[in-house]
Amino acid sequence: MASRLFRRLTFIAALAFAALGAIAAGPAQAQDGNFIIVQSTTSTEASGLFEHLLPKFENMTDIDVRVVAVGTGQAIRNARNGDGDVLFVHHTPSEFQFVAEGFGVRRFDVMYNDFIIVGPKDDPASISGMEDVTAALTRIGESEAAFASRGDDSGTNKKELGLWAKTDVNPRAASGSWYRETGAGMGATLNTAVSMGAYTMSDRATWLNFQNKGDFEILVEGDRRLFNQYGVILVNPEKYPHVKKQKGQAFIDWLVSAAGQAAIADYRIKGQQAFFPNAR
Amino acid sequence: MDNFGAAFETAFALILQLDSELVEIVALSLQVSLLAVACSALIGLPAGAVLAVVRFPGRQGVIVLLNALMGLPPVVAGLVIYLLLSRAGPLGEYGLLFTPTAMVIAQTVLVTPIVAALTRQTIEDLHSEYDEQLRSLGVRRTQSIWTLLWDGRYSLFTGLLAGFGRAIAEVGAVIIVGGNINHVTRVMTTTIALETSKGNLELALALGIILISLAILVNAAVMSLRGVTARANW
Repeated sequence: MASRLFRRLTFIAALAFAALGAIAAGPAQAQDGNFIIVQSTTSTEASGLFEHLLPKFENMTDIDVRVVAVGTGQAIRNARNGDGDVLFVHHTPSEFQFVAEGFGVRRFDVMYNDFIIVGPKDDPASISGMEDVTAALTRIGESEAAFASRGDDSGTNKKELGLWAKTDVNPRAASGSWYRETGAGMGATLNTAVSMGAYTMSDRATWLNFQNKGDFEILVEGDRRLFNQYGVILVNPEKYPHVKKQKGQAFIDWLVSAAGQAAIADYRIKGQQAFFPNAR
Repeated sequence: MDNFGAAFETAFALILQLDSELVEIVALSLQVSLLAVACSALIGLPAGAVLAVVRFPGRQGVIVLLNALMGLPPVVAGLVIYLLLSRAGPLGEYGLLFTPTAMVIAQTVLVTPIVAALTRQTIEDLHSEYDEQLRSLGVRRTQSIWTLLWDGRYSLFTGLLAGFGRAIAEVGAVIIVGGNINHVTRVMTTTIALETSKGNLELALALGIILISLAILVNAAVMSLRGVTARANW
């Protein structure tokens, strides 16, 4: 009697598992084929741009856009493995290399914004208001004020290292003392920087959308070397036959079309424009 | 302290509103982790029991390896599954990367050693207790394995719960193989990671509170199931 009850309960539990399995597999299969995977960066996701942009495209075309948001370095590596249909990142030299090596079809400019240096209000290296970013970094390095770096091979990290290379400071030699590599995404690095009172470099969109600013402010902005260009590339279907060529290209075409560009320009964070369309 | 109070308020508000996105995320979390535990039970229970009862050369080595794998870092499991499922990897043609299925596979890899190792210990203890009795009754070995599994079912449940705890709480593996895609592979832990990175600490903490509440509910449900069956056994 007792064991029969137990068996029944086990049977019910097994049925429940099976049902859950069916549910888990269901949505993935229902949309099978009618989606593309976009390898992109944390800045486009954390800034809220995709939440604004994608519904417009999805309503128009019925193509479901699945965004994997990682650092530019990792996004490119994933795309090189064929794990994505479209690459949408922000480090132009790496993007051209991706195309040159045959992994991408063609690179399109989409939009830009800019990087900024943020830091605590008391500004220990007194860089507030400086317009020359390398001079500001030099001052941070010389005063050995704490600086939080992404340290994750992302687009922002590559950009930051490129700027340090134009100074006489070698931050990596100071890694662990005043130069602190978090090895994390932009948001996580901002959280760390705010807690440590360390300067850091961020893209403007992530900063605008960031909710845990503490007493941090934008201290350096406007240097044209802080320009941040985003590009989009279709992963090469000749290299990876499973790439959804037409659907991926449809997304790219829309991004650079008048409608897509207008949608990008429309996106506001707290009343401020976050990205500036510049497709040619 | 403001943060904590606000987080609890946010958590309750989210639960009361039954926010559809939250429901979707919670449902996917439960589906993935419960399925992973079910798969782990199918593999780990028999494997652990066999390891407890059958003697073979190198058995100690297998046990040490199994116990060590209980501490397998989720990121490592995620990376290995990523490399296997990647289009450039050996199982790439199935296109499983960035799907819930990939997440179930990754969590199964994490949970199976826990289930198998705890099963092995439980069954080995029971075996040393009942071995002579079973042998004197002339019970065959396969039969005795089933008997021992049945006898140890309450302890084994605890092992499965430990596995579920591991699965529902981990973020390192699912974020790599799932990709944290909105409406497709976004679960509780990856949402918490994302909201933290947006600086929405309050919302992230609120989701954490909901996650813990869920774990308590699942454990309570299993406990009461145990109570019902234990009473019925008398």
